[in-house]
Amino acid sequence: MPKDGGIGSPTLRREDIRFLTGNGKYTDDINIHGQAYAYFVRSDVAHGTINSIDASAAEGMPGVAKVFTAKDFEGVGGVPCGWQVTDRFGEAMQEPKHPVLAEGKVRHVGDPIAVVVADTLEQARDAAEALDIDITELEPVLNMKDALKDGATKVHDDLTSNLCYDWGFVEENREAVDEAIKGAHHVTTLELTNNRLVANPMEPRVAVGDYDSSNDEHTLYTTSQNPHVIRLLMGAFVLGIPEHKLRVVAPDVGGGFGAKIYHYAEEAFCTFAAKALKRPVKWTSSRSEAFMSDAHGRDHVTKIELAMDKDGKFLALRTDTHANMGAYLSTFAPSIPTWLHGTLMAGNYTTPLIYVNVKAVFTNTVPVDAYRGAGRPEATFQLERVVDKAAREMGIDPVELRRRNFITEFPYATPVAVEYDTGDYHATMDKLLELSDHAGFDARAAESKKNGKLRGFGIAHYIEACGIAPSNLVGQLGARAGLYESATVRVNATGSISVMTGSHSHGQGHETSFAQVVSEMIGIDASQIDIVHGDTAKSPMGMGTYGSRSLAVGGSAMVRATEKIINKAKKIAAHLLEAAEGDIELKDGAFTVAGTDKSVAWGDVTLAAYVPHNYPLEDIEPGLEETAFYDPANFTYPSGAYGCEVEVDPETGKVTVLGFTAADDFGNIVNPMIVEGQVHGGLAQGIGQAMIENCAYDDQGQLLSGSYMDYAMPRADDLPMFTVDHSSVTPCTHNPLGVKGCGEAGAIGSPPALVNAVIDALQRGGHDVTHIDMPLSSDRVWAAMNS
Amino acid sequence: MELSDSRTIDAPREMVWQALLDKDVLKNAVPGCQEMSGSPEEGFEAVVVQKVGPVKATFKGAVTLEDMNEPESLTISGSGKGGAAGFAKGGAKVRLEDDNGQTVLHYDVEAKVGGKLAQLGSRIIDGFAKKMADQFFTNFQEALEGPAEQEPDAEVADGAETGEKKKGWFRRMVSS
Repeated sequence: MPKDGGIGSPTLRREDIRFLTGNGKYTDDINIHGQAYAYFVRSDVAHGTINSIDASAAEGMPGVAKVFTAKDFEGVGGVPCGWQVTDRFGEAMQEPKHPVLAEGKVRHVGDPIAVVVADTLEQARDAAEALDIDITELEPVLNMKDALKDGATKVHDDLTSNLCYDWGFVEENREAVDEAIKGAHHVTTLELTNNRLVANPMEPRVAVGDYDSSNDEHTLYTTSQNPHVIRLLMGAFVLGIPEHKLRVVAPDVGGGFGAKIYHYAEEAFCTFAAKALKRPVKWTSSRSEAFMSDAHGRDHVTKIELAMDKDGKFLALRTDTHANMGAYLSTFAPSIPTWLHGTLMAGNYTTPLIYVNVKAVFTNTVPVDAYRGAGRPEATFQLERVVDKAAREMGIDPVELRRRNFITEFPYATPVAVEYDTGDYHATMDKLLELSDHAGFDARAAESKKNGKLRGFGIAHYIEACGIAPSNLVGQLGARAGLYESATVRVNATGSISVMTGSHSHGQGHETSFAQVVSEMIGIDASQIDIVHGDTAKSPMGMGTYGSRSLAVGGSAMVRATEKIINKAKKIAAHLLEAAEGDIELKDGAFTVAGTDKSVAWGDVTLAAYVPHNYPLEDIEPGLEETAFYDPANFTYPSGAYGCEVEVDPETGKVTVLGFTAADDFGNIVNPMIVEGQVHGGLAQGIGQAMIENCAYDDQGQLLSGSYMDYAMPRADDLPMFTVDHSSVTPCTHNPLGVKGCGEAGAIGSPPALVNAVIDALQRGGHDVTHIDMPLSSDRVWAAMNS
Repeated sequence: MELSDSRTIDAPREMVWQALLDKDVLKNAVPGCQEMSGSPEEGFEAVVVQKVGPVKATFKGAVTLEDMNEPESLTISGSGKGGAAGFAKGGAKVRLEDDNGQTVLHYDVEAKVGGKLAQLGSRIIDGFAKKMADQFFTNFQEALEGPAEQEPDAEVADGAETGEKKKGWFRRMVSS
């Protein structure tokens, strides 16, 4: 029986009441008296020189407050990058300037050139039509390999080339890996592309800037996954506003998936313009703008080689990846193909020698940054694809080949610098085979064959690294931020609790699951606990939500703060009960003296803290409010076995996903219903990438998939019913909850499982097809079968 | 996108050449053209209203005639800015061949779009460009020969205002 509250209970999400009744309060719902509207004029060419901008006619149009261009931003900084990668020669990456509005050149379709601010959005749009912008088109830089050739056109004239960095990991292993591959019994090689994606959260980005001249205070309301990070980056690096004069609020946010981590020019613009114009300024992204201004995801081109001995034991792995940075460095872009990708290349396997080379390249496309999974899907896709190909080439069953190479002893230090604390990969594989009825597959395949269809089953086993940490390590790796999390637990006089967390919920259900944790610890009903997030004026400095870090890092900070509360409350209870502090126990919301029936209720203790008439004032302060910052000792390492069953119509190449099974190990589970929902969402996005999603540019750098007519988002009828299990539990050993993180797993493990399944179907049908790049559209599958 | 085609016009090559340089012929031939000013030497300024899929826009732009090799070949290029809709540009390499008093007009057309037109219209842009080129050369042919036997489709009529001008108006004008 599931519990009806606390840790482990499938408690219904309290936030859904407001979301489902249309009462969510999103950034676009915020309208401030007297606000003006900003309309961004964006480049419609991929690469060009700005010869002139004549705003005189536009400024005379009705309702126009001002037309802003780069010259208005001469006194402020550019949009900063939050991570500096050091290349394999020990040099810092090439870091181009990223102006708020384009200076001199435009570098991608969508690059903002000017902003019209007017009384209404319609007036701003009309005036934008009157802007006279003269641009001379330049040759666009699009293909990453061509971009690195000598004499290639440069995206940034002040850089030496289009190469951001050439990263080697672990550089010291390079020669040993080359040697091992040379001498191996067999080497499986695979070249593949990880397709560019657009995150497409349901809510587009919005920014509202407000300025109060009476106290020189700025407020930015924005669609962000991490308002404190925006405050720091924008305040310190762009606009020079100290934190105590800058409040950033990210209210209800309708999905992020990574695209709302970064600090964007539009946020800085609205904050800046609100002060310049002495009135609030609002910008709401259209869907078209979102396609060409939200950071994109993935876009890697990789060659991977796996060396084995005669028994299929993995000896060495070598990868060579080109990673597209786009035209500018988005906030965390450099870290994605490096530290969030190279460190995962061991996967679940004991491969002793690994070398990862990544060349990050500037092109005239929208900047690329983290998208659900961020580096880990790219690592998992290539690894699980090459393992599958190796199994075929070696004539070993793909399940068996994986099992032969599984890591079984923990902690395990990989050759790519991380140490897995716990895991049981055979257990998740066993669970997958059971739940997917792997044993019955041959009979189902025979049935499909009778119907003229090809059935296939594909497996992927993934490793994840969540809750990127600790801060001193990430600092060494180039992060220009710490990666701790914070929480303040404020107990009110009558015993109810407000928890101010530095994590941010934009669909994850923190208001429910975080309350379950505190409810369990204190033993009061969760309805007495509110989770407050998304406002720098309320929460202590926090790092926000991404990388499946919230419960593992933010939840742990909350546990630490709650422990401090309990310790202090026990002192107060000991005083009230006239007992020794060491004898006080907290259970079900009451403090008792061990071995007696003497007790005092939670509410009596909290009241005493705020009305300290009978109180140990000489020993402790009144009040009951504690803050904790938690900096984890290590990443957490969720893992899982994913299985996908497909049917391919050999006449048309159409792939139907018949079933998908996810057997995950997320460590301890706080709310299994929320976990299941997170996995469903991740699977939908992973299957979307594998089957239909693709961001396409033409040879001029025009964004072809710029609307939902051409960019396919997964819909319910593209997806099978999912079988999701998280009963395999190896708790994380280094955080107080033993939790690992579940937000990205689905998007990490599913693409290789699906592609492996399609290849399996085609091979069973007698087609010698070893790889098809995603998305597996009917025409690509048909072409592969008929080539 | 690129496309090549040819059509035979029942008029001598010199007359076809002259027509290609004529502002009014071009105005009537460019589908959706509202205004056309200028000269073959200095280039033309044009205002064109067109709808590409869901995007309707007024394009303001320039048409230039280059590589002129009278009366055999020339290149017509045009580019137009459609404001928020983005831009369109294209060119046609035209070659005229004498065929017993008739003229065979060969053309290689290249068209590009950018901005919102590319984002929303990429799926239909090839078909759109082909339709534009077809309409242009049909209108052009009609200016010399008069309307084709069959009813021109509505959009052609719309662009070329052929209703008012019957039986090869340009030919009649230059012949008189």
